[in-house]
Amino acid sequence: MISIFGVPGPLLFGQLSLGLINGAFYALLSLGLAVIFGMLNIINFAHGALFMLGAFASWMLLVPNTWLAMISPGLSVPDWLSLGYWPALVVAPVLVGAFGLLLERTVIRRLYKLDHLYGLLLTFGMALIIEGLARNAFGSSGMPYRTPDALQGPVNLGFMFMPKYRLWVLLAAGGMCLLTWFLIERTQLGARLRAATENPDLVQAFGVNVPRMISLTYAGGVALAAFAGVLAAPIYSVNPNMGSNFIITVFAVVVIGGMGSILGSIVTGFGLGIVEGLTKVFYPQASATVIFVVMVIVLLARPAGLFGKAA
Amino acid sequence: MNINRRTLLGSAAAVAAGGPLVRPARAQGKPIRIGVMNDGSGPYRDIAGLASAAGVRLAVQEMADAVKAEVLYADHQNKPDVGAGIARQWFDRDGVDLIMDVNTSSVALAVNQVCKEKDRAYINTGAATADLTGPQCTPVTIHWSYDTWMLARSTGGAVVQAGGDSWYFLTADYVFGQQLQRDTTGFVTRGGGKVLGASAYPFPGTTDFSSFLISAQASGAKVLGLANAGTDTVNSIKQAAEFGLTRQMKVAALLMYLSDVHGLGLETAQGLYMTESFYWDLNERTRAFAERYRALYPTARPNMDNAGCYAGALHYLKTVKDMGVAAAQASGAATVARMKAMPTSDDAFGKARIREDGLAIFPTYLFQVKTPAESRGPWDYLKVVVTTPADQAWKPLAESGCPLVRT
Repeated sequence: MISIFGVPGPLLFGQLSLGLINGAFYALLSLGLAVIFGMLNIINFAHGALFMLGAFASWMLLVPNTWLAMISPGLSVPDWLSLGYWPALVVAPVLVGAFGLLLERTVIRRLYKLDHLYGLLLTFGMALIIEGLARNAFGSSGMPYRTPDALQGPVNLGFMFMPKYRLWVLLAAGGMCLLTWFLIERTQLGARLRAATENPDLVQAFGVNVPRMISLTYAGGVALAAFAGVLAAPIYSVNPNMGSNFIITVFAVVVIGGMGSILGSIVTGFGLGIVEGLTKVFYPQASATVIFVVMVIVLLARPAGLFGKAA
Repeated sequence: MNINRRTLLGSAAAVAAGGPLVRPARAQGKPIRIGVMNDGSGPYRDIAGLASAAGVRLAVQEMADAVKAEVLYADHQNKPDVGAGIARQWFDRDGVDLIMDVNTSSVALAVNQVCKEKDRAYINTGAATADLTGPQCTPVTIHWSYDTWMLARSTGGAVVQAGGDSWYFLTADYVFGQQLQRDTTGFVTRGGGKVLGASAYPFPGTTDFSSFLISAQASGAKVLGLANAGTDTVNSIKQAAEFGLTRQMKVAALLMYLSDVHGLGLETAQGLYMTESFYWDLNERTRAFAERYRALYPTARPNMDNAGCYAGALHYLKTVKDMGVAAAQASGAATVARMKAMPTSDDAFGKARIREDGLAIFPTYLFQVKTPAESRGPWDYLKVVVTTPADQAWKPLAESGCPLVRT
């Protein structure tokens, strides 16, 4: 058996693949944040709560009668209305995205002309409210979400047994990242979005409805968070704190990648997942801190982040 | 006293209202106030939370004719500074006489110091750290239900005896996890086994244990010792099954409650060994207690922490009745000394006593989780494998390290 720095090879490869999967979550979440910051200039602290809502939405779609009974006994819907994992993968992001649209139209819109700090405080407050309400309604232990039947069981990768579901997460998150990147960097819609960021007045003068485009961008970023939430539901139990566990790390990822950089957040997300995985092999106690150590080093060397343009 | 318009109006109103407004409580002095503090929103919420407060409320209800008492509740968020702050506020502003439960060992030790400083009684039923009755014992502290030494002896000892002689630990990286690992390691090595490694993970905030699990797998150990609790334990066991670990290694959940079994479901939890000092279906008395408890808290059956809250509060209130409310409110140390002198008796733990280091002594039980076929219905989850008598279940007084113990 080969061994690297005293760590058996299979263990190292195992940790690297797990790191990559965690990195997929980081990438997906920080991508949404980067899109929103890039287009709206809003630091969306509610992102973690919206990720959690995505997971809860998929759980609610799966067992509508369980939570309806929790709200008021006697309330129920026919069984055929319950949606499994695959439809939820599409429906939950749409629902949560619509909720994001509502938030943008009613409150966030009013802050565009103000300092970043106001947006940060508002979205932070919203996150606390959403999480508090969820905790009140569903407790903190979390709700179980069964892995879909097609993805049950492990695959033998030679160096470890990898649950099929985690491989699917890697695939789905990677694909979604690529799709978003392509949409923004390589299509006409993306070109308009980027132009509207540079100079909204001029783009509006060309007949593009910029306010609507901005609303839809926010909804899109939120839908990305919800998509990550649905992916996370079978791995972590669906609970109100699942977003706040992620959000601080994800902000560090965005800062390291460079605020608002699409490619930066994707690459950094995967990269830091791997760094974290390696830390868990060599010194697990530091696994929660290592990302911030990287952040400090990067900010000292490149204040705008790895992929950011200096202002 | 300054006389201004507000105080003048206030006293005028009081005079006008006359005698009937004077509350009976004032005539008898202040009622006893019991503060229940625990994790009300994090990974340990469903073990303790309002379920523990219900235990205290039941005791207060049953003693209502003899002693007038009120129950307060607070969430310490698993933060020692928050817990110590609440304790100070309770003593200085709200006139609390007794603090109970306080799960999460790091918070428990912080609150312990405040209670000692303020001379107020402290019955801990939720934390595991054996230091509460060891080096950090105080004249005002009583530790009820369980501690790391007792868990290590019961679950750890049994697994080693059954042939589990090489261990890998998954440990919550704070005082509780570290001590549970330390105490279990003691029993493993004494039984001729050895510890091959450990992963200490940051607490709270870790939800993905997969990396640590494959490290455990790579170590080649026969037993995975879980030195954690609450949703951490539930998640570790779920993920161990997901990664196929349970086929190669035996999982020893060193601290597990009935509520965790409920969260896991029998399908996943069946066959696991666990230790508690209380189970609702042990005998007539425990079943009667569980029935009365259900009237106050219908959603779950009590675990040893919730039951400890009931039994501890009941014994405290009996002592207060015996020595008088005023004397009990004057000194926490005097009350606790009296509690140690009186034998205890309640439906949850039977007849027991409290040692001079503050540890409550009763039998403990090693349980095995039933299979779905064995279970007759909801909450019928455990069967007794070994009963350890009270005099062998706990750390010997000579080894306690408590400065209060005269040798």
